[in-house]
Amino acid sequence: MSMFSIFNVSGSAISAQSQRLNVVASNLANADAVAGPDGQGYKGRQVVFETASMGSDASPGVRVSAIRESNEPLRKVHNPGHPSADADGYVTQSNVNPIEEMVNMISASRSYQNNVEVMNTAKTLLIKTLQMGQ
Amino acid sequence: MFANMTSGLDFQAQALVLRAERQRIIASNIANADTPGYVARDLNFKEAMNNALGGSLHASSTSNNSTTHPQHIALGNAGSSGPSTLAYVAQTQPSLDGNSVDLDRERASFVDNAVRYEATLRFINNDSKTILSAIQGQ
Repeated sequence: MSMFSIFNVSGSAISAQSQRLNVVASNLANADAVAGPDGQGYKGRQVVFETASMGSDASPGVRVSAIRESNEPLRKVHNPGHPSADADGYVTQSNVNPIEEMVNMISASRSYQNNVEVMNTAKTLLIKTLQMGQ
Repeated sequence: MFANMTSGLDFQAQALVLRAERQRIIASNIANADTPGYVARDLNFKEAMNNALGGSLHASSTSNNSTTHPQHIALGNAGSSGPSTLAYVAQTQPSLDGNSVDLDRERASFVDNAVRYEATLRFINNDSKTILSAIQGQ
């Protein structure tokens, strides 16, 4: 029954998108984190999607192939009174851009909703197929 | 005699299988809407139906006029069934990551295909009811 694999395909997409949402949540939570004594602040992370075979070449699913750290320079804020300030009075913070993360979050949540709707439609069609001839 | 009664059912059953196939392909496009480098695909329903019926569908199936949508690109006739009826969807708004999924169009196609699937189901249901009432003769 070929329609059943829609649940595998959309399910893989939902799982990948929720992982993306998790990473966004982590980035936003650490947006204002200050670097520790070693000077290494939090680096934003991004998921990388790739197609994953779901048994048939015609309808592949999705998986997260890697979670990469952003290469942007860490943000430096002048705040001499801060306990973590260096000799010049600068505090090193994370390189997360909260606006980009919010956009990322909206995109992930819309994609998630789309795939849920696809699964609901497939479910309705399958139920009607099972009731065939009654 | 009985073969005449069920020939309509056979036709609708083939259509139902192909509709399910197309539904799966569109679901895959929607699932891969954010995957870099993914190329959206679609089923050429007319060609696939023609193949499933053994070329008995009376339609002017010239190769340059055989896509279901003016923006679909027809693939060459590689084989007689299956993959040869799969086409790549032409991009409307090219994106930097090479992904060619147009989410709005895919959702529209998905709903359209779902409705047609249901229509085929109803044809099958009504056909079987007609046959049953003819058999029972009441």
